[in-house]
Amino acid sequence: MNSYKDILSKHKGLPGGIIQAYHAIQKEFNYLPEEAIIATAKEFGIPTKDAYEVATFYSYLSTKPRGKNIIRICESAPCHLAGTNEIVATLERELGIRMGDTTPDGKFTLEFTQCIGQCQGTPAITINRKPYVDVTPEKVPTILAEY
Amino acid sequence: MINLTIDGIKLSVAEDTTILDAAEKIGIRIPTLCHHPDQAVKANCRVCVCEVEGEHLLQTACSTAVKEGMVIRTHTPRVIKTRKLILQLILGRHPQDCLNCIRNQNCELQALVEEYGIRDNLFPLKLKGLPEDRSTIAIVREPDKCIECRRCVEACSVIQTVNALCVEGRNHELSISPVMSKPLAETGCVLCGQCIHACPVGAISENEQIDEFLAAVADPDKIVVTQIAPAVREAIGEEVGMGTGDMPMDKFVAGLRRIGMDYVLHTNFTADLTIIEEGNELIQRLKENGTLPMMTSCSPGWINFIETFYPDLLSNLSTCKSPQQMFGALVKTYWAEKMDIDPSGIYSVSVMPCTAKKFEAARPEMNDSGFRDVDLVLTTREVGRLFRMFGIDFDKIEPGQFDPWMGKYTGAGVIFGATGGVAEAALRTVYEVVTGDPLDDVNFTAVRGFEDIKEVEVDLKGITVKVAVAHGLGNARKLMDQVQAGESPYHFIEIMACPGGCIGGGGQPITKSNVKRKERINAIYVEDEKCPIRKSHENPEITQIYEDFLKEPLGHKSHQLLHTSYKPTNKEIL
Repeated sequence: MNSYKDILSKHKGLPGGIIQAYHAIQKEFNYLPEEAIIATAKEFGIPTKDAYEVATFYSYLSTKPRGKNIIRICESAPCHLAGTNEIVATLERELGIRMGDTTPDGKFTLEFTQCIGQCQGTPAITINRKPYVDVTPEKVPTILAEY
Repeated sequence: MINLTIDGIKLSVAEDTTILDAAEKIGIRIPTLCHHPDQAVKANCRVCVCEVEGEHLLQTACSTAVKEGMVIRTHTPRVIKTRKLILQLILGRHPQDCLNCIRNQNCELQALVEEYGIRDNLFPLKLKGLPEDRSTIAIVREPDKCIECRRCVEACSVIQTVNALCVEGRNHELSISPVMSKPLAETGCVLCGQCIHACPVGAISENEQIDEFLAAVADPDKIVVTQIAPAVREAIGEEVGMGTGDMPMDKFVAGLRRIGMDYVLHTNFTADLTIIEEGNELIQRLKENGTLPMMTSCSPGWINFIETFYPDLLSNLSTCKSPQQMFGALVKTYWAEKMDIDPSGIYSVSVMPCTAKKFEAARPEMNDSGFRDVDLVLTTREVGRLFRMFGIDFDKIEPGQFDPWMGKYTGAGVIFGATGGVAEAALRTVYEVVTGDPLDDVNFTAVRGFEDIKEVEVDLKGITVKVAVAHGLGNARKLMDQVQAGESPYHFIEIMACPGGCIGGGGQPITKSNVKRKERINAIYVEDEKCPIRKSHENPEITQIYEDFLKEPLGHKSHQLLHTSYKPTNKEIL
């Protein structure tokens, strides 16, 4: 594992550096570990309070451990009407976890997200940065098999 | 000046005045929740909205500056309807068990709900179900009661620079929590309790120990002995319908006997004793090139702060225990001996303006008497509740007197309760001890008052002593940074953790603003002036305790009972 201290030193002193540093740490660990937030505060010379507030403010930053692949299900109205609930149920069943949780092998995390701009193909989900549209319960196993 | 009209009344106010303050000048109170007179504008609760002519939307009075020709209406049907809706939205997320709440009848939300005649719940109650935090002995957090105004966060981070509380997450998932969602005990929290005063509702409070007290009173094997801290008398009247400073000391003593105290003594006595010990320690450090500046050690919030944030400066602290702990160590040794009472039966209760005192009394090292030196700490608020519970009418109660040996005090002990008071009391004694001359004027007014940092230079006929005084931990931090940088010009630094000193302590009657703190400070100096003796070393019971028991300042017995040591807390999350 790459130490987050190396990552931090690269972003120290840059404008908005703390957010860039968090993204870089998250790329490595998939979330912001507690020690990373404390180390960030020390490195940037700010109270842990401020570093923690930044870490919890943005929805793309997470302070909880997450899996390697993050499945985000759009919970906006168009997707909801097109059957998000069925997709949620199928994903929960296939992975054996509830929304917000991570599989024991650390492979997948299930999260909700706001609109991802794929309303032409509802219901829509993303896995990491890749969108999937017109998702049906039947397609779910095939999609998961890609990872 | 800006000319404007509020509710049909024409007025002129200074530029940058807010609508809220302008309305207040003509006797119109606009309701607020997140607004705090000593803090930055937050404008997040929205309950202060008003109509401003020409503006389509309602404007928040707390954050909108007046403009020339502005026409404002503060209580139109539309405004009232909106405020009611805002209050109902807050109630949709706030537990409605006011009867069981520690802030019942002293809650800003409850008061507004009453004022606006809310008779129904428009929204079904939906709570987050967050657990209570009882991780510390001093402070309890009930996060489900929080209305997210952020006043506690500002008190903790801006005024005290402790940064134990934070705003976590955002939007509907936002919550106010200790940093990293940890229990409060794991953060840098120093237990000063300023967040309690900042909270408009009952989300943060003292750890109430009234039941423990009543159990001790009911126990026939316990002899309950109490000490009253400086600053408590000035404020306790506020809890029982009197004005600030109006509770006479003899009636206060009588009230304490009524609630079950077998003996009533005074922390002011050990405040005087602190001055003798600390004054001599200062003289010794000045003469023998000891660590300077020497810093006071009476305020337990401050001790927690320096142990957490400036552990490298611990040798600067006076080794004197606080007056509460000196009292605790003496009541089960010296006083027990004088009174011929078995110390194992003594239950020592202190009445304190402070939440951190609960922690200090529970420190494992505070047992030099051979027992727990102080068994229980009750805050001014808790004693106020006991007075109300016991139905005491202070107009009619017969006055009482202090018990002997540790009940006499001087004006120097009295002023311990205000910022600058410890420094002034020390100077009154140190000057006379070092120079051998009586002071022409015992009033060191330069160290009094509400300024952030005060300083005074005193010529001790040959030695010039530079003294600095800070109140509130943000101000303390400024002086500590200076000491760390090796640039401190001072010999003696007095720090009190709370704004205004102990009179503004975390255990005092809920104090919305510094105006009240200043009133209490005035009451302290009025009492000092009235004291027949105003210098600690002239207290006859102090002379007696040195003759009969301690023998000499900084002597063997003193070191055994009255002095202590400090250690870093080594906390990670700061």
